[in-house]
Amino acid sequence: MMRHLAIAALACGLALPAVAQTPSTLRIGIADDADALDPTLSRTYVGRIIFAGLCDKLFDIDAKLNVVPQLATGYEWTDPQTLVIKLRDGVTFHDGEKFDSAAVKTTLERHQTMQGSTRRGEISAIDRIETPDPLTVRLVLKSASSPLVVQFADRSGMIMSPKSLAALGNDFGKAPVCTGPFKFAERVPQDRIVLDRFDAYWNKSAINFARVVYRPIVDATVRLANLQAGAIDFGERFQPSDVPEISKDRRITLVQNAGLGFTGLTFNMTNGTRPRTAMMSDARVRQAFALSIDRAVINQVVYNAVHTVNAHFVAPDSPFFDPAIKPIPRDVARAKALLAAAGVKTPLTVELLLPNSADLRQTGEVIQSMAAEAGFDVKLRTTEFVTALAASDAGDYEVFLIGWSGRADADGNVYSFTHTGPPNLNAPGYSNKEVDGWLNQARAISGIPERRALYTKVAAQLMQDLPRMYLYTPNNIFAMSTKVSGFVPVPDGMVRLQGMSITP
Amino acid sequence: MRGHLGVRFAQVIPTLLLVSIMVFCLQQLMPGDPALVLAGEERDPEVLEQIRRELKLDQPLVMQYFYWITNVLQGDLGFSWRIRQPVTELVATKLPVTLQLASMAFVIAVFIGVPMGVLSAVKKNTVWDYLANGIGLAGLSTPNFWLGIMLILLVSVHLGWLPPSGYVPLSEDWRQSLATTIMPAFVLGNAISAVLMRHTRSAMLTALQQDYVRTARAKGVSETRVVIKHALRNALVPVVTLGALELGTLLSGAVLTEQVFSIPGFGKMIVDAVFNRDYPVVQGVVLVTATVYVMLNLIADVLYVMINPRLRGA
Repeated sequence: MMRHLAIAALACGLALPAVAQTPSTLRIGIADDADALDPTLSRTYVGRIIFAGLCDKLFDIDAKLNVVPQLATGYEWTDPQTLVIKLRDGVTFHDGEKFDSAAVKTTLERHQTMQGSTRRGEISAIDRIETPDPLTVRLVLKSASSPLVVQFADRSGMIMSPKSLAALGNDFGKAPVCTGPFKFAERVPQDRIVLDRFDAYWNKSAINFARVVYRPIVDATVRLANLQAGAIDFGERFQPSDVPEISKDRRITLVQNAGLGFTGLTFNMTNGTRPRTAMMSDARVRQAFALSIDRAVINQVVYNAVHTVNAHFVAPDSPFFDPAIKPIPRDVARAKALLAAAGVKTPLTVELLLPNSADLRQTGEVIQSMAAEAGFDVKLRTTEFVTALAASDAGDYEVFLIGWSGRADADGNVYSFTHTGPPNLNAPGYSNKEVDGWLNQARAISGIPERRALYTKVAAQLMQDLPRMYLYTPNNIFAMSTKVSGFVPVPDGMVRLQGMSITP
Repeated sequence: MRGHLGVRFAQVIPTLLLVSIMVFCLQQLMPGDPALVLAGEERDPEVLEQIRRELKLDQPLVMQYFYWITNVLQGDLGFSWRIRQPVTELVATKLPVTLQLASMAFVIAVFIGVPMGVLSAVKKNTVWDYLANGIGLAGLSTPNFWLGIMLILLVSVHLGWLPPSGYVPLSEDWRQSLATTIMPAFVLGNAISAVLMRHTRSAMLTALQQDYVRTARAKGVSETRVVIKHALRNALVPVVTLGALELGTLLSGAVLTEQVFSIPGFGKMIVDAVFNRDYPVVQGVVLVTATVYVMLNLIADVLYVMINPRLRGA
């Protein structure tokens, strides 16, 4: 029967040719479609994955989160408010224009001034940009800001061709022109983004295929089926539930590493006009809640133990990570004692807001079950993601289960979340003068050990005050055909094409 | 007849105007501020404010509708907030994809549903009838997304016969185009074929008991001719009406099917647009879909008149 069907399909000419791959093309399945391919306007994680092939940055980060040169050859803080960046010679844009300090200035000024720029906040520390010579850029800052260098290892550091910017203006994203290993060829929204090898790339020897095609396939199960069927060669952001299936398939390889972000519980303290509850006003109640939760159980039950249990706001691979900041083991007796000391009547009703995704819902249910043993009656309030964000910003929540994709510098994972300020990321409405001081000091110095010591102080204080309880660092889960080699996972989850190759 | 069709044409304009108002108002009920989605993960308050100003979200709803409908009447559906491309351009690219998928699904549905319905009626209360009913019930009860994933796993992953996802336009390579769309078209047509089967069966059973059928048989007309020429032709009148209505279902059914098979059509576009609160795309797509739906029903009315000669004098 199967044979007859196969013959029928072949007779129609519909079969295998559609599945076969073009040699020297790498097809990457991405978890959603990118937004505008304009580094100034780009807002999505997936957009950054495309840019990894399209736009080189001044700096990059390596697997250990060290800042390494890319379009720049090095940098120096001549004083805490002056950053001098030396640029690589012999680099050209996809349109043939020469890369120099004037191009860097044009790009950074566009980030600062363009309407709708999402880069403005990232480089807001810059007061003025000077170009003493074609291969030197001097940035004079309004105030000391050592995390600025890491911003240039992401979209803020992607330099665009001034000529193309002038020609395309706001439509730059329709045909972006940068200095990356691949140049823009075609985009069919929701279907594919195609990039072709750039023959004049400065690091040409690291590129081993002629074309890369990014295909948005939203459903992880379907993405995996596409990989198994050979319709794509590489896939990103698979689910922990996919890991057993990937592991047992000999045609594909599983690659995992700890990401940069965190998933945790955000406790509302002062945000919004919601009536104050014991959870909001008393740190002992929050501590009791935290003590009732076993992070390892959540990881095991919901995520097949794929993620990395963590109580720090930075990932374990980060140079700012301090192993002294570790999860406090679950202790129901102590949790009950703390609740008694706080004088609350149990069961204490707590509302847990969570976005409507299967894994977060399950996490909420596990938390609900564990917290019940300590005397908490957790009510789950599940809403669609944007609605949950709006509720969080407005302070219309008590406890919120939410994640953050993470930044390479510790500052990006903690400053806006805990420094006294607007409630967009500081959703708890947390304010602690000491913490503010340590965070500001960490921005003003550039030595890693000194900054790590300050972030350790911050992390320890946050474990006391508990505006947020960090549960785990989500792992990046990639899978690729065994024909693909040379992929080096970096905690930011990007797919760097340098060094990768595919056998036909 | 002309009068009847004239009235139907005249109804199209207020219908579409009403649709435009409803689409605009209903999406305002969607919870969550679109600026929150567009501002990125940081949600910088300054950026949020700028986005609201740029997209006129800070203006009263009536004014927002006025700006939009004025542009729509000039053929401009606005631009996608997310990918910054004109909605008209997106619609022009996506509509043929979904129409191809829906047409193929409809053809599949008709080729499965109508013969099965006829067979079921002619062989009433036999094993053929039970079998056809069983298949119909299974078709109606199987969710598209489940059937889609199962087919991908079977046909693409295990057998390797067809590509699991993607789309190639007919104009580029017709064989590849059919290869990428045959599976989703089958999934989409599956439920419709069941509906068509049940309605054809019911209409055929009624037709087969009519006097003119008895007369035809009495005149010695062959049974095949009686079934096809006399009974089926009359039975098809309500089936055509139903078919036009089901074409609308096909367009909405494409939402899930396109998502599962990663077909870059209307359905996938609207899902992405809703999740990203890309209002101009949602509005544009719904308005165009409504227009297509209304026009299909108009065509069905014309076909109705053509099939049934008694209506020609009306």
